[in-house]
Amino acid sequence: MNFSGLFHNLGPLTITGLAQGAIIALFALGYTLVYGVLRLINFAHSEVFMVGTFAALYTWGFFGLDQNSPTPSLGGVIGYMLIGLAAAIVVSGATALLVEFVAYRPLRRRNAPPLAFLITAIGASLAISSTVGVFTHQNIKGVPPLIRPATVVHIGNTVITNLQILIIVLALGLMYGLDRFVNHTRLGRGIRAVAQNPDSAALMGVNKGRVISLVFLIGGLMAGIAAVMYVLKIGDTKFDSGFNLGIEAFTAAVLGGIGNLRGALLGGLVLGVAENYVSGVFGTQWHTAGAFVILIVILMFLPTGLLGESLGRARA
Amino acid sequence: MRQGLVRALGGVAILALVAGAAACNSNKSTGGSSSGSKNCGFEIAYFGALTGSSANLGVNIEQGAELAVDQYNDKNGANCISIKKFDSQGSPDVAPGLARSLVTDTKILGIVGPPFSGESEAADPIFDSAGIPLITPSATRPSLSTHGWKIFHRAVANDDAQGPAAAAYIQNVLKATKVFVADDQSAYGAGLADVVKSKLGSAVAGTDKTGADGKQTDFSATVQKVIASGATAFFYGGYYQNAGLLRKQLTAAGWKGTQIGGDGVNDPGYAKAAGNDAAAGSIVTCPCAPASKASGTFVTDYKTKWNTDAGTYSDVAFDAMNIFLKGIDAGNTTPEKMNTYLSTVNYTGVANTYKFTSTGELDSSLIKVWAFKFDASGNVVPDQEAPKS
Repeated sequence: MNFSGLFHNLGPLTITGLAQGAIIALFALGYTLVYGVLRLINFAHSEVFMVGTFAALYTWGFFGLDQNSPTPSLGGVIGYMLIGLAAAIVVSGATALLVEFVAYRPLRRRNAPPLAFLITAIGASLAISSTVGVFTHQNIKGVPPLIRPATVVHIGNTVITNLQILIIVLALGLMYGLDRFVNHTRLGRGIRAVAQNPDSAALMGVNKGRVISLVFLIGGLMAGIAAVMYVLKIGDTKFDSGFNLGIEAFTAAVLGGIGNLRGALLGGLVLGVAENYVSGVFGTQWHTAGAFVILIVILMFLPTGLLGESLGRARA
Repeated sequence: MRQGLVRALGGVAILALVAGAAACNSNKSTGGSSSGSKNCGFEIAYFGALTGSSANLGVNIEQGAELAVDQYNDKNGANCISIKKFDSQGSPDVAPGLARSLVTDTKILGIVGPPFSGESEAADPIFDSAGIPLITPSATRPSLSTHGWKIFHRAVANDDAQGPAAAAYIQNVLKATKVFVADDQSAYGAGLADVVKSKLGSAVAGTDKTGADGKQTDFSATVQKVIASGATAFFYGGYYQNAGLLRKQLTAAGWKGTQIGGDGVNDPGYAKAAGNDAAAGSIVTCPCAPASKASGTFVTDYKTKWNTDAGTYSDVAFDAMNIFLKGIDAGNTTPEKMNTYLSTVNYTGVANTYKFTSTGELDSSLIKVWAFKFDASGNVVPDQEAPKS
């Protein structure tokens, strides 16, 4: 147990943990939104994320960029980033809608039991990831170095790079935007209404089907942005890269309070930092075990997560 | 009415089953000797990764072995000997079930593989109880020859030779005084890293363990530890995908030291994962000589058949397959006879001369360990031969 190592590296581990946690938080939004509205754990969301990573990479490949390309100029970087984000958002959103339309809507129409939804979700996840695996020969795909990591802030041995700042600021900004959307717009009110009581909401004139599609779409959009941030940070993607991160994201959603948007953000950040601390003290081989032990301990004392479930409750 | 239909269908099914079994039996009795004086109609299996995160290493070996089979069939008649492929994905989880299906095929006289140590630990006991001899061109974990498997033969040096060579290179060539050692907890990676750690002694500035290939992509904690330890060299015991990701994330974090790996990293896939710039200058060791130094026409034959350069261990696999084929020529047409033949074989191939000890290891006077370097275009080029200690 290396506590001195942890204290010595507290700053860097915290910053890298926050950056990874921000990606997990954006990814967790999809799980928490869908659960809050539908009481359904959308396991296929991890594939929505993975498909977004490949969409961004293939789009950049279309412009001739691969992992060995030189870093473009600032204008080029911004341009490529926007194009990559657009591609990932469109593809992830479309995949999320497609999964909802093909896998879940028919079950909802037939009033299927919750177990059918669960199996279908897992099945959709495996089907999409295996198919992508076949087409990519299960190889990893490299990422063009669009953002050359450059130190922006240097405090002691803590180094904060431009990429980390970008990821954290983007995640916080998007969360804030989404929070305002859910709490202060008409569509957002519809989402909260369907989350609280779907039938009453329908009676009040909320189009239930459209709200559900909107929720999947928003989750997909967030996953697409998380996908681009992920590939820029990690540098590679593979057909199963959604699976591992998906487990962590779902854990973060539960940790923060499933159905709670702010909870997803908090859960993601806490999980990212906790995993890094555990790695620092016990060694990286323990990071998964350590993170889940933390989850179990927190749930023992706070069964509804850190911030509790709230999407369905009438709260401003 | 329904009962009658079921009875009729059942009767037809039973008849079909009996007819099929009879047909199978009659095939077996005439299959072996149908091609006249040559010993044809047998199979040599390839058991190892053809897909999965470390597929390149397995594919290099399979293609080397298949080249040997094709050249043999050119001389002895098409389809005289065939190679049967079993894709274990390099995984110790998949290997046992696949091994059990391999041993049911009575035409298989030997196996080239398994190429990875983890799957060897899992599958070799099954091959041993079935008595099918194997020659592994690449599994380097030393403990594989200590289990008493009569069928185990290793065509390369093991990590007890590779590990010290890597440590010697780090200390004498790189002259690094602080080294960080990590591994992926696999049978091969952890074993090799342990040998390197014991040889480096006090020069080890820190250690860590990562998840296996594909199980972990974010290595920020390990990267931070490497930087904090002040190490100028980083040895990773594992395979090329994780090693490449680590190298990429280390470079992104500003670490400028040298990364060293074992033969599991000896593949252009490392440069694909890390990007050519980050990968340039990385060192890998291998208990193999460069494939370009293979004698005869092997290099050009491989390029002609597969349209790509021979990879790590392709030449050793070529030799391993030829050892089996020579055994078949000599009349060893059962697995038991083939295993006895292997214990006394003295074969000079394109990569090396092969003689096996009583535990299946390569004779120690025939061991070769080389160091390779990644150049700026992501290719592996020979650096120097490690001196025999």
